[in-house]
Amino acid sequence: MAAAVEVRGLCNTFGRQIVHRNLDFTVEEGVIFGIVGGSGAGKSVLLRSILGLQKPRAGSVNLYGRDITRMSSAELRTVKAGYGVTFQEGALFSALTVLQNIQLPMIEHLHLPRRILDELAMLKLKLVGLRPDAAGKFPSQLSGGMVKRAALARALALDPPLLFLDEPTSGLDPIGAQAFDDLVKNLQRQLNLTVVMITHDLDTLFGICTRVGVLVDGRMISDTLANIARSPQPWIHAYFQGPRAQRRRVDHGA
Amino acid sequence: MYCTLQRQAEELELSLHGHWQAATLRDIHAELASVSLRGASQLHVAAADASFDLSGAWLLHDFLTQATAEGIKADFQGTTPPVLQLIERTLKADRAAPEVDETSQTVWLDAAAAVEGLGRRTVRLWRHLDAPLDFMGRVSVAAARAAPRVKQWRLTSVARHVYDTGIAAIPIVALIGFLIAVILAYMGAQQLRKFGADIFVVDLVTVGVLRELGVLLTAIIVAGRSGSAFAAEIGAMCLNEEVDALRAIGVDPYEVLVVPRLLGLMIALPLLTIIADVIGLTGGALLCHLLLDMPLTQFLNRANEAIASTTFWVGMVKAPIFALLIAISGTWCGLRVRGSSRQLGRYTTLAVVESIFLVILADALFAVIFMKMDV
Repeated sequence: MAAAVEVRGLCNTFGRQIVHRNLDFTVEEGVIFGIVGGSGAGKSVLLRSILGLQKPRAGSVNLYGRDITRMSSAELRTVKAGYGVTFQEGALFSALTVLQNIQLPMIEHLHLPRRILDELAMLKLKLVGLRPDAAGKFPSQLSGGMVKRAALARALALDPPLLFLDEPTSGLDPIGAQAFDDLVKNLQRQLNLTVVMITHDLDTLFGICTRVGVLVDGRMISDTLANIARSPQPWIHAYFQGPRAQRRRVDHGA
Repeated sequence: MYCTLQRQAEELELSLHGHWQAATLRDIHAELASVSLRGASQLHVAAADASFDLSGAWLLHDFLTQATAEGIKADFQGTTPPVLQLIERTLKADRAAPEVDETSQTVWLDAAAAVEGLGRRTVRLWRHLDAPLDFMGRVSVAAARAAPRVKQWRLTSVARHVYDTGIAAIPIVALIGFLIAVILAYMGAQQLRKFGADIFVVDLVTVGVLRELGVLLTAIIVAGRSGSAFAAEIGAMCLNEEVDALRAIGVDPYEVLVVPRLLGLMIALPLLTIIADVIGLTGGALLCHLLLDMPLTQFLNRANEAIASTTFWVGMVKAPIFALLIAISGTWCGLRVRGSSRQLGRYTTLAVVESIFLVILADALFAVIFMKMDV
């Protein structure tokens, strides 16, 4: 099976500060890959490197076997139509309605008649569980959970096979977070997506992630959740064997 | 080619090929539009050879819905593609939910609606009039509360605003002051020469710059520079919930955001006006020297006779008032930003337009008052 994302020897530095040193990891197609790491471990920088928003110091980032670090901006544009992203705070365009937000990538990349754009955007809106009356609302009129869903709908606008989610459940109540997890899992299964998510939510990690990558000391250690949780590495141990994680494990019967 | 059609009497067989996906949706749409279903009663779709993403499947769904609407029975040979099932489920789930009724459109020429509309508009207008008073009240209270305690004057902040709005504006204010005096002297010299009254150019420049133009142009430049900066700074803070954070911490945003800007500008604008006056008079003297061969001593003598002891102060007294108007309209516009980045642009524009308008209006009022007072 081909790898959806393959990062080799990635190095990122800011001045003297080294964020990533020779970071390697692979995300196979069809998995939900959770990235964890302490604050300041370089999760966001990693995501920006994979998205092609930031050129890494060294190394390669392959999306479906194509190295995006050596692409012209025109090629990169076509690659960018092939993945969807949601940002931490949603990053919905505040001057556009929810429906217009979803349509924006479609208008940029597909050239379709108005009616089809409207109906496709409505379909995406319903798919993420938003009510039709949310279509005409502006982002400032939405609740936190609705912003996350609208952002997901925008990420799905071009039906990408690959989805990046930056802290998708942060700031949601447990019920909302659970509902969002279920949504991501269902969409992943039904649309056969590959999902890469940065998350701090242990429930999400234990609930839907099939593989986990831990970012420590500028490197990535990735494995199945069960293997990672047994790792003796001090930070990982503290993360997965700490009091919060223990409580989850009891709950999940792991 | 994404589909081929075979016709057997009233039965059609549509076989689908290739990738039905978002990227190629436009071509597929064009191809489907050319498929003619006329005269058919049965449509069999063979979708086994094609792959679908959500957009592609929706297009097929849409096509089949239209076919059904035309009275054609459509079915799939083999299984329905799973994505299509997902779409049907999604759309059906929504249909089960209660439809949101359309927002009732107000009918024209409906008497009740007209009265209601008038009432609403009046109330809104009243609220509109109410708001600036409310704002001024809050600012006054914040200023009065801070006044007795020097520590609460936030001198660092005030100093920063004096720097940003005053010192940083010196070059542009000086340049404009100089150019305006030059224009005034040049125009005056041309006209007054006809009467042999060249000497009165001095009167024109000194009185014009000191009484009106020095302060007015400075205020307009500052309104453009700092009125917009106030609105944009505070507006961005509103969007970022920083203003709410201040309130939550128990800090009055009027005290920390509005009052220091107000004080800063009320210090900076009079000082800028003095600079504009000095540079303006220098420019006038220079032009008189070059254009009319008037020695500097003669210019100074004439200027002394032309201006009364009040002339300078008539100009200067306006400066803090203009500063107040600019600062209030800038900060007030900033604090009204809600929700979107578009509002930020709107209110920044409004701040500049409003403050320039207010400055000119106030200047006109001053002109009338000073005329009545005979100064």
